[in-house]
Amino acid sequence: MQERVQNAEAAEFKVIGTRPIRPDGVDKVTGRARFGADYNLPGQLIGKVLRSPHPHARIKRIDTSKAEKLPGVKAIVTSADFPDQPSEFVPAGELLINYRDLVRNIMAREKVLYEGHAVAAVAATSASIAKQALKLIEVEYEVLPHVIDVDEAMRPDAPLLHEDMITAGVDPAPNTPSNIAKRVEFGRGDVAKGFAEADVIIEREFKTKPVHQGYIEPHACLANVSEDGQAELWVTTQGQWVVRAHCARLLGWDVSKIRVTATEIGGGFGGKTVVYLEPVALALAAKAKRPVKMVMTRDEVFRATGPTSGASMKVKIGAKRDGRITAAEALLKYQAGAFQGSPIGPGAMSAFAPYDLENVRTVGYDVVTNRPKVAAYRAPGAPISEFAVESVIDEVAKAIGMDPIDFRLKNAAKEGTRAAYGPKFGPIGLIECLEAAKAHPHWSAPLGPNQGRGAASGFWFNVGGETTVQLQLNEDGTFNLVAGTPDIGGLRASLCMMAAEELGIEPSRIRALIGDTASLGYNFLTGGSRSTFSGGMAVVEAARQVIAQACARAAKLWELPVDAVTFEDGKVKPAGDNAGKHEPLGFADLGRLAGKTGGPIVGNASITAHGAAPSFGVHIADVEVDPETGRISVLRYTAIQDAGRAIHPSYVEGQYQGGAAQGIGWALNEEYIYGEDGRLQNASFLDYRMPVASDLPMIDTVIIEVPNPRHPYGVRGVGETPIVPPLAAIANAVENATGLRFTELPMSPPRVLAAIEAARARGDKNLKV
Amino acid sequence: MAKHHIAFTVNGDPVEVLCETQQTLLDVLRDELELTGTKEGCGTGDCGACSVVVDGRLICSCLMLGVEANGKSVETIEGMGRGEELHPLQRKFLEHAALQCGICTPGFLVAAKALLDRNPNPTETEVRYWLAGNLCRCTGYDKIVRAVMDAAAEMRRA
Repeated sequence: MQERVQNAEAAEFKVIGTRPIRPDGVDKVTGRARFGADYNLPGQLIGKVLRSPHPHARIKRIDTSKAEKLPGVKAIVTSADFPDQPSEFVPAGELLINYRDLVRNIMAREKVLYEGHAVAAVAATSASIAKQALKLIEVEYEVLPHVIDVDEAMRPDAPLLHEDMITAGVDPAPNTPSNIAKRVEFGRGDVAKGFAEADVIIEREFKTKPVHQGYIEPHACLANVSEDGQAELWVTTQGQWVVRAHCARLLGWDVSKIRVTATEIGGGFGGKTVVYLEPVALALAAKAKRPVKMVMTRDEVFRATGPTSGASMKVKIGAKRDGRITAAEALLKYQAGAFQGSPIGPGAMSAFAPYDLENVRTVGYDVVTNRPKVAAYRAPGAPISEFAVESVIDEVAKAIGMDPIDFRLKNAAKEGTRAAYGPKFGPIGLIECLEAAKAHPHWSAPLGPNQGRGAASGFWFNVGGETTVQLQLNEDGTFNLVAGTPDIGGLRASLCMMAAEELGIEPSRIRALIGDTASLGYNFLTGGSRSTFSGGMAVVEAARQVIAQACARAAKLWELPVDAVTFEDGKVKPAGDNAGKHEPLGFADLGRLAGKTGGPIVGNASITAHGAAPSFGVHIADVEVDPETGRISVLRYTAIQDAGRAIHPSYVEGQYQGGAAQGIGWALNEEYIYGEDGRLQNASFLDYRMPVASDLPMIDTVIIEVPNPRHPYGVRGVGETPIVPPLAAIANAVENATGLRFTELPMSPPRVLAAIEAARARGDKNLKV
Repeated sequence: MAKHHIAFTVNGDPVEVLCETQQTLLDVLRDELELTGTKEGCGTGDCGACSVVVDGRLICSCLMLGVEANGKSVETIEGMGRGEELHPLQRKFLEHAALQCGICTPGFLVAAKALLDRNPNPTETEVRYWLAGNLCRCTGYDKIVRAVMDAAAEMRRA
């Protein structure tokens, strides 16, 4: 069941809040839509990557001479084809990227740092020849000891990934290198004093495993470079401008030489905000002077892209018996993979964001290990830290005998609350979400044997950023809307709807396209739940420019001053004393007359969107635990979240449902499993177990609308928050069902069964199954 | 090695291709016949994005060799609509917003049609288990299942 809790003013809208068919829909149900691997050029070569079999090794020698001689091989690249880069951090999605690291991640230089690390790449006339050539490349490795676990990597005697890594954020700076890239700390007040005032203190340690974004479409691109260095790239990405910037930098080419077209994208979830194949394909194409197509296998996607961090954490919360939290503290250690840059910053900042706290402290560490470098994954870092916090919150509520939602309400952040990470919140909808959860029939429905119910809150910041949108009036009164953020889940529909609302026309009169990097001004990527927020802001501005131009043209035709005309219901009309003196002019008239009245009518908004507002959510989960097998079934699920305003409610619900499903997978089954040899053992969709249709119930949603005052339509980003609450909501439900608190994810059947059997063996009185 | 000459029908039309021994039916459809509506998500039969129907049977085209298609009848997403009209499943997927990124959608539609061809009145559980071989990472399946149930209901009325 899907519900909306609307404010009264929403009723004024004609288009916003309705559910039209998305403009790119037919292409996607007929197989017409072209994704990354669906592009081909005449004479194209196939590129393949040679990857390291070792988790950690020094590269002594690479000999490509035999491979070069294989008929059909047209180009080979290694790290020697990419200039080295200085250490410099630049924004990449919601995380930072360091080009010294990135150039090493796309092609290993001195060392390989994880199994699957790229070592060389070949372009050949067929996939089979390219694969054959990879086998002819000789790489001599000096195998080094590796470290996979975050706690082990932090030990002083751990094998070092980077011999020059000195922990940042520690004063005075350490004298010796370590695998700890960075320490961060947030908080305020006096935590010791707060804990001293508490009646109840709960402290728990938690562990989570790295999980992959799991987009169904593997990374893919097609590169073409001419003799004079003009390059074209078709790629599945969350941001074509960001790909262009990275490739230009890594190849030492001018930005203007590279034109990037974002293909339809088969899911990203943050994982397609960085580059892997793209600079390699361009380098191969430049060398071979022929187009080069590269597509990863699923095995490569698992071993060499994403995932997000696994973590080791400790959370301590103290409260008075009356339900007021007196102090909260978290220690978070996040794996970054082979290069620094885990989402420890946002993880640490979001940990206690749903609470109004006087005394709070969060310390985080960014730790390198011999695993693939992590990439952003939907609300990067937040699901991990908030899993730990929301689990302890539940325990504290239980310890003081308070309903867990009432306990959250008693301590909830609201407008004016100073967030644990610093800024003061504007209008936010957490209390509305908690109250909706409490009032929801789900929260009070009866439960059967071996069943339990849990709830958890979640928070994400959301971002704005550079955005360009163009709105072109066509000669027949229809419009083209060109945006620059790839549409992953209905963006074109939402942008058309906001434009249509402004212009007073039907959304079907507007054709939305995603432009390439040569057709629009710069756009930051689709990420940070920003595309409907920022794109909407730009669309509204572009539409208002169109309306202003339309009014000016009509005024010119009627020989009236501009302020003597008005725009209403999609038409320009004479106003005031002149009302009714001329027939209103619609866009069909204005489009037809545009050339004669001053030229094409085009709105072009190039903005940096500010005013992104956080979105809070509360999820309720019911589970049933099978005491014989340890399998946990999700019986019922409700996702409640503040959308600010839902432009197209179906796609807002879709974000809530999809995020919930990913979070459920994270909680119950998904994990990277490594052997002692440092090699990934489950690099396939068979063994990396994402939820399938038979694993899930319907996912009910409640859209809360507390408008964001800084957006023309009140929009908040909604895409990321939904993955935050499920981990703890499920863990809290499992505790409610079994009497056992699971502090380690995933709660997979073997782990659950072992815990139940151990509890039975020790005669644990809490055990309920 | 010499390529193999194979002849089969795709969506009723006769086709002939030369393919390498190790090429899968998926490779043949996508790379030789340029029918890119059928997607590759894993290449190991785990995600269902490459679902097609061969001689009436729903299969993962990444698990069948191209040479095995010789003489057979293959149905893909490109053949699903009837002329200018969308298949009810395609229409219901749009009406229910049962797709976000859309990469899994062709596979889901082909698989769902194979279900409704056999069982015009499936329960929610039957739909969920039949589609358990198709991975979607965006939707949480809710709207997909609703779209399939709604399409089935409409097709029963027709």
